[in-house]
Amino acid sequence: MSTLTTNYLTPTGREEAWRFTPLKRLGGLHDGTFKLATRNTLALTSSAPTGITFERIGRELVSAESKTDDVIVGRIHEAAKEVSVLKIAANAELAEPISLYRLAGGLTDAELSRVQIRIGANAKATVIIENTGDHLIAEDIEIICEPGSNLTVVSLQEWDSKTIHAGRQHAIVDRDATFKSIIVTVGGDVVRLLPTVEFKGQGASVELLGVYFATAGQFFEHRMFVDHLVPNAKSRVNYKGALAGQDAHTVWIGDVFIRAAAEGTDTYELNRNLLLSDGARADSVPNLEIETGEIVGAGHASTTGRFDDEQLFYLMSRGIAVEDARRLVVRGFFNEIVSEIGNSDIQDRLMNRIDQELEKAGAK
Amino acid sequence: MSTLEIRGLKVSVDTENGPVEILKGVDLTIKSGETHAIMGPNGSGKSTLAYSIAGHPKYQITGGTVTLDGVDLLEMTVDERARAGLFLAMQYPVEVPGVSVSNFLRTAATALRGEAPKLRTWVGEVKSAMAALSMDPAFAERNVNEGFSGGEKKRHEIMQLELLKPKIAILDETDSGLDVDALRIVSEGVVRAKADNDLGVLLITHYTRILRYIKPDFVHVFADGRIVEEGGPELAEKLEANGYAEYVSK
Repeated sequence: MSTLTTNYLTPTGREEAWRFTPLKRLGGLHDGTFKLATRNTLALTSSAPTGITFERIGRELVSAESKTDDVIVGRIHEAAKEVSVLKIAANAELAEPISLYRLAGGLTDAELSRVQIRIGANAKATVIIENTGDHLIAEDIEIICEPGSNLTVVSLQEWDSKTIHAGRQHAIVDRDATFKSIIVTVGGDVVRLLPTVEFKGQGASVELLGVYFATAGQFFEHRMFVDHLVPNAKSRVNYKGALAGQDAHTVWIGDVFIRAAAEGTDTYELNRNLLLSDGARADSVPNLEIETGEIVGAGHASTTGRFDDEQLFYLMSRGIAVEDARRLVVRGFFNEIVSEIGNSDIQDRLMNRIDQELEKAGAK
Repeated sequence: MSTLEIRGLKVSVDTENGPVEILKGVDLTIKSGETHAIMGPNGSGKSTLAYSIAGHPKYQITGGTVTLDGVDLLEMTVDERARAGLFLAMQYPVEVPGVSVSNFLRTAATALRGEAPKLRTWVGEVKSAMAALSMDPAFAERNVNEGFSGGEKKRHEIMQLELLKPKIAILDETDSGLDVDALRIVSEGVVRAKADNDLGVLLITHYTRILRYIKPDFVHVFADGRIVEEGGPELAEKLEANGYAEYVSK
């Protein structure tokens, strides 16, 4: 039995949540015309360290911790027969990150993947999820942060060029817990991710960080929703994107809701886009809804710009050729967030991928 | 022995009301080992001269020539001019977020020398260049010009001058915004670069105080887009006493 009985309407593209998304390129994930695959591709990269369990559990034993009005997430909850559950025991402190990856997928049928990550009270861990290859996949990751826990989730979309990926990464953050999400999207045909947060207890703190780089024809959408339901929680959002090439299209939506009960809220969200060529389009929509004035702070900023001529002039005046100067500026632009991953192999790999994207685009 | 030769240089910038001529025919020759001070009031075109020679895209060259050892600089891109041996220490050095000073310096040195400097000797080179300018070693890990104080920006410019070893350097108001101690430290850096590399210097300034540390061989008074008077160091003393009033069009 599904714990959700949904009767979602198929989006038409006129809905606020879907108005940017190219529905025709979603492989039927939104209207249910896809063929359901039986595979479950999520796996641990190496054996589980002490204090960690990773299991596939029948859905009847894993109730959903959150609600959703997203039609694709609803379909996942109806269709996925099992849930991949990663548990980090209370008080565990993991020196090394827990590494998950997705095995070979496919494009002819759709994987609907339900995942739950639960970190016990006062535990500390980093989870890295590496996504490569070509997949047609819808994914819902529920992240439950129990009181006093400290969790970082790094989600890497290094997909090949045909991937269609729609997903939600929903964090439920309890009292005094710290949650950091780093989402990197540099590959795929259509990627639409919903990094969402609901605060469950006071004193919690959340950082949602992201980078994306779309080249010709790619569509990457990141749509946050941070729900300040309780007092004295803190949220920071910082997403940086670059676009190059004809019909490269990115969407960043930053919805933050400070409810009447959420006194003492401290929130700031930021999105910066670097347009590296003509023919690309970056949509950036911060949206702050405030029901109480008794807050520490609430703000947002959004910028979309081209290469800064003064930066390029400065670098070139030191003998650095224009291509190298551009590479330095783009690397520098992304470095603020990529350096937060805390794993030099992955950081180097991503920076090299960014160099390649830039080269591929022949950005001017 | 290098020679930067500026002949009849005319430069315009685009404004809302069409192009406006800023430089109205500048003639100047700077040789290795020489120090030329260009002094003049605000808005006289001194910085335009500096940026035009370096190749800033904002400035349109409408006449004249600029050559370095007989090679036409105006035909070159900005980076080619630097590789030909030109250096511009900027009045307002630009922030480059996310790019560390050490990465920037090594990239620049690699471009200018044609090969990456050997890591071991390079680290020592940078350390001693920083120490010579009384800079904290932690400076190398900061992002280029980001959050630098005025004095730190100027030290960073002169550190590059010493590391990158150009033939001719243009210093655009390097003295502005410096306190007495910083002015001395920065000036000593310029004097060292001159002594070590037989550097030719074009020093642009409002004030005579930097000339106490960096002795000019020639002083040129700049007003309304051209050089209006030339002389030796004694001309600077006259300017100190009388100001620019007699050169500014009435």
